Amino acid sequence: MSILKAEKISVEYEGTAVLKDLSFRIEKGEFLAVVGENGSGKSTLIKAILGLVGLSSGSIRLDGGIKSGGIGYLPQQREVQKDFPAAVYEVVLSGCLASRRIVTFYSPDDKRLALRNMELLEIADLRKRSFRDLSGGQQQRVLLARALCSAKAMLILDEPTAGLDPLISSEFYGLLGRLNRENGMTIIMVSHDIEAAKENAGRILHVGTGPCFFGSVREYLRSDTGKRFSNGNAGHSA
Amino acid sequence: MPDILRELFSYDFILRAVAVGIMVSLCASLLGVSLVLKRYSMIGDGLGHVAFGALCVAVAFNMAPLLVSVPVVVTAAALLLRIRGNVRIKGDAAIAVISSSSLAVGIIVTSLTQGMNIDIYNYMFGSILAMSDRDVYLGMALSAAVLLLFVLLYNVIFAVTFDEDFARAAGVNVSFYNTLIAILTAVTIVVGMRIMGSLLISSLIVFPSLTAMRLFSSFRGVVICSGIVSTICFFLGIVISYSLDIPVGASIVVLNLAAFTLFFAAGSLRKYF
Repeated sequence: MSILKAEKISVEYEGTAVLKDLSFRIEKGEFLAVVGENGSGKSTLIKAILGLVGLSSGSIRLDGGIKSGGIGYLPQQREVQKDFPAAVYEVVLSGCLASRRIVTFYSPDDKRLALRNMELLEIADLRKRSFRDLSGGQQQRVLLARALCSAKAMLILDEPTAGLDPLISSEFYGLLGRLNRENGMTIIMVSHDIEAAKENAGRILHVGTGPCFFGSVREYLRSDTGKRFSNGNAGHSA
Repeated sequence: MPDILRELFSYDFILRAVAVGIMVSLCASLLGVSLVLKRYSMIGDGLGHVAFGALCVAVAFNMAPLLVSVPVVVTAAALLLRIRGNVRIKGDAAIAVISSSSLAVGIIVTSLTQGMNIDIYNYMFGSILAMSDRDVYLGMALSAAVLLLFVLLYNVIFAVTFDEDFARAAGVNVSFYNTLIAILTAVTIVVGMRIMGSLLISSLIVFPSLTAMRLFSSFRGVVICSGIVSTICFFLGIVISYSLDIPVGASIVVLNLAAFTLFFAAGSLRKYF
C-alpha cells in the first residue's frame, strides 16, 4: 500500500526551478534514501512533503491515515541548539505539540509517550540532563525521540548523521533500521552518505540537476546516475 | 533598611512605579529568554530607541505617550522581524538603521517644539517620577496581558524557540508566534522605558536570562530563575536609587551586572566540584 504518492511535482524558489516533474511513491514500512549533490533540492523535497513549501505544479498525496502534521521530522541541527538550556525531557515532550492546536499543558498521555520513546532509544537515563551538555550522537537520539512523539507511521530525517563520527553514525543507522523493521516505521532519509544509503535503505531517490532516479538500491548502483554519484563525491562523506 | 523601605513606600508615586516596574521586569525577563536564545538580543535596544522617538513626538503634539508609542513600536517590531527574514539586509544592520533614525527624528521634533528639557532627559535615562495615573493603569493592564499570554503559550514558545523547522512541520504557525513575541516585547519596552530609560531598557530583556543560563540547564529553570532575578534586581535597584539618590535605571542595570557576575562565578566554580 502506498503511504505517499508524489506525481510530477515541481517546486520553484524565487523564480528558479529547484525540483522539476519529480514522481515517486513510498510504500508503507519502507526505507527510502534521498540522495543527490549539495543544493540539488533534497531538503526542499522534504519541506514539500511536510507542506512547508508550496508546489508550483503536481501533487503529493498522503494515504494510510497520516496527515502532514503526523509525520515525525528530524530537521538539520541549528546553531542555536548547541548551547540551548533545555532538559532532554522538555525537548522530547515538545514533539507532542503536533497532535493538537493549542497546548497549555501536556497531558499524562503525552508524558507517557515521551517516556516510552526515550526508553525505546535508550536515553531515558538522560532525561534530566541538559541538551547542550550531550554529545552529538546523544543529541540526535533526543531529536529522534522527539520526532517519534509526533510520528504516527512515518519519519523524515534530514542529514541525521551530519557531524557525527563513523561509529556513532553506524549506531544511529542501526537504531533507524530497528525502528523500520521492528516498529514498522516508514522512513525517508536525506543523506549524501551513499554508503549508508546503500546499506540501510530499500530504495533510493536521486534528485538533482541531471537525470533523476527512483528505484531499488541494486538498480541504482547499475544506473548511470548511481555510478557517477557513488564514484564521485560520495567517497568523501562516507 | 526597614526605615528606608517604610519611607520609600509612603510615597504613592514610588509604590505605583514599583508595582508597574515589577510586572514589566517579569515580562521582560520571560520574553528575554526566548529572544536571547534566538539571537534577537539587540531587538530590545532598537525598540527602545524607537520608543524614544515616538515619545518625543507624542509630547511635542501633546498626546498621551503610551497611546502613541505602543502602536509605533509594535509596527517597528513587526518590521524588524520581517527584515530579519529577508536575506539581503542583515538584521543587526537593520536595527542600527532604525534605532538611530528614530532617535534623530525624536531629537529634531523636540528641539523644534519645546527644546531639550528634563522630559527628554528622563526618556533617555529613565525616571521613577515619569508615570502618570493613566500610564500606571495602562502599564499594569499591558503587562498582565503579556504575562498571561506567556504562561498560556509557554509550550509553543519553547518549541518555536528551540526549533522553528520542527515546530513548523508540527503545524505551528511559527511566523505568527514570532510576531506575537515581538509585539509583546514592544509593549513591554514601551511600558518599561519610562522607568528604565530608552538607553537602558534592553538590559531588562537580556541580563536576567543570561544570568539564569549560567546556573540552570532546563528551559523551565531558566525561565523561572530569570523572572526571580529580574524582580529582585528591580526592587533592590529602586531601594538603592532612592537611598543613594542615583538614577533608577542605572542602579537596576548595575545590580543585574552584579547578579550576572555572581551567577557566572558560581557556574564556573560548579564545573570544578
